[in-house]
Amino acid sequence: MEALWLSMRLAACVAAILLVIGTPLAYWLAFSTWRGKFLLESVVALPLVLPPTVLGFYALVAMGPRGPLGKLWFALFGHGLAFTFAGLILASVLYSFPFAVQPLIISFEGVDRRLLDASAVLGAGGLRTFWRVILPLSLPGVVTAAVLSFAHTLGEFGVVLMVGGNLAGVTRTVSIDIYDHVQSLEYGEANRMALVLLVISFAVLSVVYAVNRRVWMPWAAK
Amino acid sequence: MGGEVNATMLIARIRKERRTAGASSFVLDVSIEVSPGITILFGASGAGKSTLLDCVAGLTRPDEGRIVTGGDVLFDSSREIYVPAPKRRIAYVFQTLALFPHLSAEENVSYGLSDLREEERRERVAAILTAFGVEKLRKQKPGEISGGERQRIALARSLVTGPRVLLLDEPLTGLDAELKAAIVDDLRAWNTAKGIPILYVTHSRDEVDALGERVIALDNGRVANAGAPMEVLNAPRRKRLAQAAGFENLLGATVLDLREADGVMRVRLGESACEIEVPLGYAAVGTHVQVAVRAGDILLATERPHGLSARNMMEGRIISLEQRGTMVIARVDCGVAFVVHITPGAVRALDLTAGRRVWLVLKTHSCHLVD
Repeated sequence: MEALWLSMRLAACVAAILLVIGTPLAYWLAFSTWRGKFLLESVVALPLVLPPTVLGFYALVAMGPRGPLGKLWFALFGHGLAFTFAGLILASVLYSFPFAVQPLIISFEGVDRRLLDASAVLGAGGLRTFWRVILPLSLPGVVTAAVLSFAHTLGEFGVVLMVGGNLAGVTRTVSIDIYDHVQSLEYGEANRMALVLLVISFAVLSVVYAVNRRVWMPWAAK
Repeated sequence: MGGEVNATMLIARIRKERRTAGASSFVLDVSIEVSPGITILFGASGAGKSTLLDCVAGLTRPDEGRIVTGGDVLFDSSREIYVPAPKRRIAYVFQTLALFPHLSAEENVSYGLSDLREEERRERVAAILTAFGVEKLRKQKPGEISGGERQRIALARSLVTGPRVLLLDEPLTGLDAELKAAIVDDLRAWNTAKGIPILYVTHSRDEVDALGERVIALDNGRVANAGAPMEVLNAPRRKRLAQAAGFENLLGATVLDLREADGVMRVRLGESACEIEVPLGYAAVGTHVQVAVRAGDILLATERPHGLSARNMMEGRIISLEQRGTMVIARVDCGVAFVVHITPGAVRALDLTAGRRVWLVLKTHSCHLVD
């Protein structure tokens, strides 16, 4: 159960961080008219197609004692970044990036442009328009982004193994734990954890689909 | 800006090119002056009406030009001045209304008043909701109320901010005439006190007649005509404008002879033997002109009428009769085909049927020359 709790904490942290940094990025990607935008869009989508081990490998190199991130972290906190919970968060944020940013972009782009125009002629600047119009109308996208990045982080394996290793209570997440149990032929234990993960994933996806059907969006009535 | 110019006028000179796939597909190139009161911006769809409003509101940046209101320069390409939309104090009611769907009527209306103190804001919102007769709906969301109510709330939301110019992009489409008139009355009442320039886009002839103090007719990105509604719309200069203004009959004709003393000329319609008298235009004998006639301006008779002042009578045959609501559309062949609008009562009284011989009666001044 320790592993499950660790995974939950990791997933919650990653989802929160991704909402905070993913929202301005998604806003920019949705509304910028810069021609080179597609390059950044490709970078954001990269974790979708990259094998987790490749991402994990580069993350590990960057976080290692000779890597730029590792050095910076050491200078700031006096210890390394690889094989720590913080390192795990960082790698997971990269890995789940598209799962947070893409739903946000889609929902921001889906907001009727005339509503943004209306907000502007009523005297609202970009920030106010974002808080009062874009964000409330993109709520399903925000929920989707949070839930998907949470669920995706919960189920990750390759990146964790590369960057975090397998330290009980620090980096041993539930998927690593299941792998361990199977390796030691403890099928009963493995099955119990696997089942928990299965149920959580199903619940989480149900939430995403329900929200996107606007089941709970009061103004979509009629 | 000269000293004689009224300080509350909106003066705009705008050039804006729209490009599709690199090629220039549309150019808006206009110069307009809008005095306090309602000015109709009239034209077929695609004439550039919405683009013009977007430029004035600051939602689209013109390529070139100058926009001035109340002595403030909002845009001047030669001096690199561009006041962004939130700072222009120009209200804009969109065709789609663009009410915020997640906010109540009250929250929608108070949206533009964020600078005011809570108390004052509530007072102003309550006052304008009452003025537009929608105070009962203040807690409702736009999705829960009727079309006419939504239009009133959209108007209230724009006017409550105390704008110096009001732009209305077909705000009353889809409403029945009575409701339309009621809302227009509210708008007029509001503006008698404020006296701001209102630019009202429509392509409905009825709205022009109901509202019009002045009309600016746009055609293909240019000002085709401007002035009093009767002058602008009853003498359409361009074919597309004629069609938009509800001239159902647009006929090619050849000038036969000019009678300057009478202020008329005779033309032959199409290739037919049909000759009619029309007002004198700038055309030489033998040249081609277009004659526009409204279907409602043509009389139908079952015998050749006597003792009428109307100069044009043509014998023909009814090709078809088609009822549309409370109106019957008759197609009549006189060598050229005419569309005539008559009432169902007239059809019954005259016992009109397809194939029947009839006489068309047409006043000289119901015929308009189009170039």
